[in-house]
Amino acid sequence: MLVSLNWLNEYIDVSAYSPEELAEIITKTGIEVESVEPVAEGVTGVVVGHVTSCMQHPNADKLNLCQVDVGEETLQIVCGAPNVAVGQKVAVAVPGAVLPGNFKIKKTKLRGEASNGMICSLQELGVDEKDVPKEYAEGIFVFPEDTEIGADAVSELNLDDLIIELGLTPNRSDAMSMAGVAYEVAAAIDGAYTLAEEKVETIDEKASDLLTVEVDDPEANPYYGAFVIKDVQIGPSPLWMRNRLTAAGIRPINNVVDITNYVLMEYGQPLHAFDYDRFGSQTIRTRRAEDGEKIVTLDDQERTLNSRHLVITNGEQPHAIAGVMGGAESEVQEDTTTIILEAAYFAPSVVREASKDHGLRSESSSRFEKGVDPNRVERAGKRACELLQKYAGGRVLEGNASFDKLDRSEKQVTVRTSVINDRLGTEISNEEMADIFRRLQFVYNQDGEQFDVTIPTRRGDITIFEDILEEVARIYGYDNLPFTLPEGESQAGGLTVNQQLKRRVKAYFEGAGLHETITYSLTHKDKAVMLVSPEVEEAAESPVGLAMPMSEDHAYLRLSILPELLESLSYNVARRQENLAYYEVGTVFISDEEEVTKQPSEMLRASGALTGDWTSHLWQQEKKAVDFFVVKGIVEGLGDQLGLSFTYEKAKLPSMHPGRTAVIRHGGRVIGFAGQVHPKLQKEFGLKETYVFDLNLEALFQSYEKEETFRVIPRHPSVSRDIALVVDEDVSAGAIEATISEAGAPLVKDVQVFDVYQGEHLEAGKKSLAFRLLYLDPVRTLKDQEVEEAHEQILAAVKDKHEAELRG
Amino acid sequence: MKERLEQLKQEALQKVENADSIQGLKDIRVEYLGKKGPITEVLRGMGKLSKEERPVIGQLANEVRESIADAIEAKQTGLEDEALEKQLEEESIDVTLPARPVHVGGPHLLTSIVEEIEDLFIGMGFEIKEGPEVETDYYNFEALNLPKGHPARDMQDSFYVTEELLMRTHTSPVQARTMGARNGAEPVKMICPGKVYRRDTDDATHSHQFTQIEGLLVDKHVRMSDLKGVLNAFAKQMFGAEREIRLRPSFFPFTEPSVEMDISCKVCGGKGCSVCKGTGWIEILGGGMVHPNVLEMAGYDSSEYSGFAFGMGPERIAMLKYGVDDIRHFYTNDIRFLEQYHKA
Repeated sequence: MLVSLNWLNEYIDVSAYSPEELAEIITKTGIEVESVEPVAEGVTGVVVGHVTSCMQHPNADKLNLCQVDVGEETLQIVCGAPNVAVGQKVAVAVPGAVLPGNFKIKKTKLRGEASNGMICSLQELGVDEKDVPKEYAEGIFVFPEDTEIGADAVSELNLDDLIIELGLTPNRSDAMSMAGVAYEVAAAIDGAYTLAEEKVETIDEKASDLLTVEVDDPEANPYYGAFVIKDVQIGPSPLWMRNRLTAAGIRPINNVVDITNYVLMEYGQPLHAFDYDRFGSQTIRTRRAEDGEKIVTLDDQERTLNSRHLVITNGEQPHAIAGVMGGAESEVQEDTTTIILEAAYFAPSVVREASKDHGLRSESSSRFEKGVDPNRVERAGKRACELLQKYAGGRVLEGNASFDKLDRSEKQVTVRTSVINDRLGTEISNEEMADIFRRLQFVYNQDGEQFDVTIPTRRGDITIFEDILEEVARIYGYDNLPFTLPEGESQAGGLTVNQQLKRRVKAYFEGAGLHETITYSLTHKDKAVMLVSPEVEEAAESPVGLAMPMSEDHAYLRLSILPELLESLSYNVARRQENLAYYEVGTVFISDEEEVTKQPSEMLRASGALTGDWTSHLWQQEKKAVDFFVVKGIVEGLGDQLGLSFTYEKAKLPSMHPGRTAVIRHGGRVIGFAGQVHPKLQKEFGLKETYVFDLNLEALFQSYEKEETFRVIPRHPSVSRDIALVVDEDVSAGAIEATISEAGAPLVKDVQVFDVYQGEHLEAGKKSLAFRLLYLDPVRTLKDQEVEEAHEQILAAVKDKHEAELRG
Repeated sequence: MKERLEQLKQEALQKVENADSIQGLKDIRVEYLGKKGPITEVLRGMGKLSKEERPVIGQLANEVRESIADAIEAKQTGLEDEALEKQLEEESIDVTLPARPVHVGGPHLLTSIVEEIEDLFIGMGFEIKEGPEVETDYYNFEALNLPKGHPARDMQDSFYVTEELLMRTHTSPVQARTMGARNGAEPVKMICPGKVYRRDTDDATHSHQFTQIEGLLVDKHVRMSDLKGVLNAFAKQMFGAEREIRLRPSFFPFTEPSVEMDISCKVCGGKGCSVCKGTGWIEILGGGMVHPNVLEMAGYDSSEYSGFAFGMGPERIAMLKYGVDDIRHFYTNDIRFLEQYHKA
């Protein structure tokens, strides 16, 4: 809402405050002032001049040589505007004048002729292009004939006015009018304002003799009033009115349209004028549109209607979409003499539907959508009649033709001072309370601390106790509320076990060298189902998608964090950041339904993606690219953090390298996977060798147990033994390790591979694996013989299970 | 004999003095102190001495022996030290060469901000609650006093999955869920951070996915001044003790009265500058007293219970606190952005 300070000042005296002070007060009492800006900044030295002669420039076809009387002198000015003519009153920037952008006007010569100033267009004076009346859009502005020569054009055009821009919240539609703003400011500064009575002189004819109004759907249209004004003369509206509309951001058109717009701004009530002679009947009937019914609106667009839309008809054809836009057929034109002026109440939801369906958001629809003041509908009609009579030469018929089932009753809310104080934490007295209601102009009955408050219908947002609470609080001043702390029983705040674990896991990854990322949960369909861990892959058959995505790139809910992580790597690699180690902890969305009907389950997962060098320390010749075992190490470390052990099993997973990928299990259950991204996919993302891991954190957290008992620290030395085994090359180290651990239990505490060999010293198809075994009994020193026996058992077991031979 | 011993001593000490290697010292030891050495020889000849002389010479011989041994020992230590020193000298390195890097990652800036806020409220006795990102229309809107067709639903155009399911547009549904779970009887004191989604085209100030943190306190006799006190405590801890707060009336469908909170501008200290658009204040969060409809829908008797709620955007806080100029930085994960915020 744009509020002209000059206009406001006519309703309520705010001259005691600087614009900044006023803005601060309005903001603090409840409506945010977004800006205070002049209509046109920095214009000086522009006066009203009279064009006394105008002829073609001797040396230029498109220029005119004008003599302009500016009061004290007559100036010769070269003017290129096509519409300049003798007799016009125009805005003249005299030498020394300044136009917006600090553009200084000097005496000059144009094509050999002296030009001592400039005749200005509104745009040149800083008026917004969209607010310039069409007839002046391509040329200079022309003042009304009676404008005084030599007068200050800046004030004549209201360019020195300040515009206060209010950021209105949806509940404060009462301030979508100058009257509403005046009531608000009056309450804020404890000033005086009431909307003045309308004064209409009517002729003897009655509007109801010329028109009848029928309403089919009273719920959608509880009130429809049609005023009739005869003998109007279409022309420009007075300059002051045009100035105010310009200030409000509305382009002046002609007196009739300007008057309806002016009352719209003044009262907050949208009005519409039909040309009576073009309306085509004496019956106004409002009804739901028929499906497929068509109307050509004022903007010359043909629009197809349906039963959600309310239309104003002449009994047959629609002539307006109620509250949204009039029809072209009955538009007020230059030859219009009799007009029907509509002042109606349309239900907010009906207007909202229509304006949404047709993509028409207007000053009118935005007010109807929020609900207009039922007690101001008819008054606005009268006000427009008053202005039409004054400024369009109209003769107003008595009364109006109407349909009226509008509820104009005022609501009552009862409040008690003590309850208000209890809720606000204040100590407001009954007298102060009464004073707040007086400032708000809410009528009340007081009985001690009880107030029965009558809510004026202009404040449709106030219906319950809490609404009054807010009114009291804001007039009392939020600044004046004390600072207190809650008095209730205190509880110990804190993190749940899972929240603590989540933080711990993140801290671990970061300590391990990974950077945390946050990527989008909504992704492309292809990416939503890419790199999905085996335990949830079934859900990838029916990923959850948005009903109406904004773009295909963010259309489906991810089942894996990895694709967007790869996207992040890709982004960096494209910017020559090639050594990257990223992780993310976040949710993926799993639905077991083909067509989603219930909330998908949200699973917490931890994923990582690494590419480039893992270590790089060049002058000591250390450099190592990320590989499977780096990623495995990170996963293992996480297991250590949580006290969980994992097993790895080679697996072929979609989009993963078939020979370098493992499924990860914990206690037999699949909890994720790790490995190299399939080279084809790497290429798609523009990545070199890239390794990933993806873990089901939720499952890991479930398995987590906080260890609480002490374990004895061994006091006895351990014994280590090495063995080298020759096996078929497809026997996995992990399988042998498992056999060793099992056969060597309980003495074998640790098994480590320390060498892997395949080559000329071995038979083809064989490999050698060397293990270091650690034997330990925590409570006594082991005897050689015991170790020997266990060792023999182990050798027998690996031979039996894996045909492993001791390497000679 | 006495003289012989003294002579041997002088001779030996001289040799020790002149020795320049460990081996040389070993040789001296063997030569003088060995079984075939001259001192042993002297001792062997003691039988010829008188009873009175014997202990005197014996003692002297031992003294000589010891002083030679001590001298060898001392010299050896000296030579060893010298050798070590030489060796260490040879081992010296250029300490200005680059280190072997220890790669440490770090948290995302948003995580740091969220955890900082979590910890501040945990300190004030709040618990942390989480909720689903795909929400029901009921919890996202209706339970928060936004019935179907409510104009305020326009304020946050949403991503619907089905007619009844959508990507949550705020973390407020967690409030409704938490309250609902308490059967209208127990107090609630919680904050809920999380991802939220709105139908916005991504640009410098909009992101279709962003983060929110909401707080809720419901109890008997909760006052608006409590909201002011808690937010003040939060703001001072988060932004600095010298910052002032101010509440302004605002509107949210789920609170009444509603507030917006500004903090005094850090750059100009409240005088007005380009950062605060000349107002001296920067908007930081919204909140208010929980709307009675919201309390009632969650099962609380709104005449007995009251509460306050507030919500803020970590992205905005990060942008204000660190001057991040584009919200997309939080989601593109440029390493050069991430690394800037890794120090503790």
